[in-house]
Amino acid sequence: MTMEEKLGGSNGEDGGRDRFPIGMRVLAVDDDPICLKVLENLLRKCQYHVTTTNQAITALKMLRENRNRYDLVISDVNMPDMDGFKLLELVGLEMDLPVIMLSAHSDTKLVMKGITHGACDYLLKPVRIEELKNIWQHVVRKKKPDSKDQINASNQDKSRGGTGETGPTSSSSDQKVSKKRKDQSEDEDEEGDDNGHEDPSTQKKPRVVWSVELHRKFVSAVNQLGLEKAVPKKILDLMNVDGLTRENVASHLQKYRLYLKRLSSVATQQANMVAALGSKDPSYLRMGSLDGFGDFRTLTGPGRISSASLSSYQPGGLFGRLNSSSALSLRGISSGVIQTGHSQTLNNPINGFGKIQPAVVPANQNQNGTLFQGIPTSINQLSQNKPTNHFGEFNRGNDPNAFGVATNFQDARVTVGGSSNTLPVSSGNPLLLQSNTQQTQHSGAFGNQPSSLGVTSLNQEPFDMNVRGSSNFLDHGRCSENWQSAVQLSSFPSNALSASETFSHEQLPSNNLQESISWTSSHLSSSPLDLSSSMANPANLEDSRGNISQVGLNNNVIQNIDCTTKQQWGDSRHDYNGNMNNSFSRGDSLVPASGPMMDQSNVISDKMNDVSLFSQFSGDSTYVVPHLDGEKSAFGTKSRSNDDFLFETKPQNGFNQNSFEPLENIMMSMIKSDQNNETPLMDGEFGFDAYSLGSCI
Amino acid sequence: KTGLPVWMLGSGPDRLRADVNRLLAFLFHQGILDEQFLQLQQLQDESSPNFVSQVVNIYFQESEKLLRNLRSLLMERKLSDYKNIGIHINQLMGSSSSIGAKRVRNVCVAFRAASDQNNRTGCLRVLEVLEHDYCFLKNKLHELFQIEQQRILAGGVGYPMQN
Repeated sequence: MTMEEKLGGSNGEDGGRDRFPIGMRVLAVDDDPICLKVLENLLRKCQYHVTTTNQAITALKMLRENRNRYDLVISDVNMPDMDGFKLLELVGLEMDLPVIMLSAHSDTKLVMKGITHGACDYLLKPVRIEELKNIWQHVVRKKKPDSKDQINASNQDKSRGGTGETGPTSSSSDQKVSKKRKDQSEDEDEEGDDNGHEDPSTQKKPRVVWSVELHRKFVSAVNQLGLEKAVPKKILDLMNVDGLTRENVASHLQKYRLYLKRLSSVATQQANMVAALGSKDPSYLRMGSLDGFGDFRTLTGPGRISSASLSSYQPGGLFGRLNSSSALSLRGISSGVIQTGHSQTLNNPINGFGKIQPAVVPANQNQNGTLFQGIPTSINQLSQNKPTNHFGEFNRGNDPNAFGVATNFQDARVTVGGSSNTLPVSSGNPLLLQSNTQQTQHSGAFGNQPSSLGVTSLNQEPFDMNVRGSSNFLDHGRCSENWQSAVQLSSFPSNALSASETFSHEQLPSNNLQESISWTSSHLSSSPLDLSSSMANPANLEDSRGNISQVGLNNNVIQNIDCTTKQQWGDSRHDYNGNMNNSFSRGDSLVPASGPMMDQSNVISDKMNDVSLFSQFSGDSTYVVPHLDGEKSAFGTKSRSNDDFLFETKPQNGFNQNSFEPLENIMMSMIKSDQNNETPLMDGEFGFDAYSLGSCI
Repeated sequence: KTGLPVWMLGSGPDRLRADVNRLLAFLFHQGILDEQFLQLQQLQDESSPNFVSQVVNIYFQESEKLLRNLRSLLMERKLSDYKNIGIHINQLMGSSSSIGAKRVRNVCVAFRAASDQNNRTGCLRVLEVLEHDYCFLKNKLHELFQIEQQRILAGGVGYPMQN
């Protein structure tokens, strides 16, 4: 591996190469403290460097602060503050770190969702150490196809000359710079997301940075070909960029497609967000319809630049004004942008491509930052302006400097209001392309901006800015949605706790099964009486029995056996016994078994079967039989029969050697039967003796 | 075994260790615990000497909260928040599987099935079983820790229990 090479040995560890994956830095996120603790220890055992947090939001913050601090993220799928998939997406897009999903269940749909959102892997809990020992492969794998040198090099140079912080498109360079600094403090071999590349044949190969211009070309190529027909080879040819490989294009295309898909599914979220943020412009929703030029740009890898770059544009008062006026607490510029235009701004940026009012851009034309400054300003001012498409004008005759370009940007974006600035991106692209070519010579004017720096690039930035803002906005909105639901969740426990039942005190503390069994028996003996009293008319029994018998006796029989088994097993546990007895005696209400019970009654009626079956499981078949007789009517009656049935099967002996059916099967069958006969729940009856865990403690 | 408390018999660490192993074997055989519990034990070492009991205690705390919540949720007059129930079940399932509480985890699977079908009756029934199984597990693990502690006090070495 050539990690250290990339880093220029700045991480200070020559032996790092051999040590990887030792010391790989993992960020583990899981709201369940138990899983988190176990995971942490397991990862430590693998000799990784672990950071944990139980909140997705905190994790995002930590990652955004410095993505170079981590090599890999492991996250649970179900978390209260943010959906794990959302986190996955954000991390993948903004930081492009490999993310492994963790879940307690392996629903195919969930796994698929994980894959479509870009997860590197999907692990089931409990995670085993053997699996964790291999997760480093995802770090290596992730870096491989994205490496690229030429394009990045040029970008980096330009961007470095620029703001000094992070240029909007020079994420890689910025990353490298900061990474180098940080690497020195790292005591391990760091793969550096930007510089990952495993090919030993090339020396440092920085990965491809999809700069604004590059992406623009990409999108225009895709549009020309048509999204469905766009294949990497053709796109590559159309783009005609040196040093870009088919793999680069392929992976970018994949991300782009994911992005588009996500946008379309995000429409409703946007609506919510808009509502949440007080924006009234549904045009915000239109964001999803964009070719996603700016959005995509934002959301893909270089997206990380967004916050950084945005914040770097703290030009003058203009910008500052924007920010300060922002009511939304989104990051950096995005917040400002959003503020002015409300959510609509987000929507419009793309539409309003190239329509920014001239008023803006005063002096700073030579820097990207400047341009941005101009734009926000214009945005500010333009709040109510009607979107006009100056793009064409701009292209044709304008002074190709930033100023000119900026002027053409429509602040309609900002206006948002709804003005449907409808400069569809796609149409804008070609224009951009044209202007781009025109403006190429002026790249110098813009100094740091990589891209052609012409109008296009300029357009891109504000565009991006807005877009990023919107994406942030999106996140924010989503977060707020999540928080709301989280709030709901958290409010629940308080209710629950106050309502906790008192555990049955009749639990036998000792392990003496003999005692428990005898106690159980005594309870059981009384149960028939209870049951009898609760029995309904035998007439019903007949009917129900008749019905039930048609339901598939065999299944029921099996179910019964399962129940019996289950019960016996349960009874073998002293505490279980106690509770069971209590609950049953109190209330046949406990589980108004409907289906199963009926089924059981059928079984019972068929004494022969029952007896033989039961005798298999219970040590005291005779005990069972009489009950069966007596209980027959009881069963038929109400659903209570379930309880009765269970009671009867109580005769247990210590630890049963039975092979218990998987509880799932038991439950499933019971549930299915239940569904055939839903009986109204007797709420009142439940009020009693649910065991409260309290006494279990 | 005479049934007297171990300490009364003056058992040495070896016999206590045998007791621990026996109890563990029982729990594994009955499907109460699975190999994940062994993993936990293996994670216990000099640097984290009480790892297992720490994790398990957190598990008890969290699980009881979850179970209480579940019962409250299911007892509501108008039960409609199955989603919330599902979330709780999921968490319980995850944590149970993380410590190797196989049986509890399996009951959670059934519980989830009932909850996915919005079957309140079924849910309540499964909750019963779940509460029982959980209590049993808790008692057994307490017992395990007690014996283990005695073993250490009696001079046994406090490392992973199974060896």
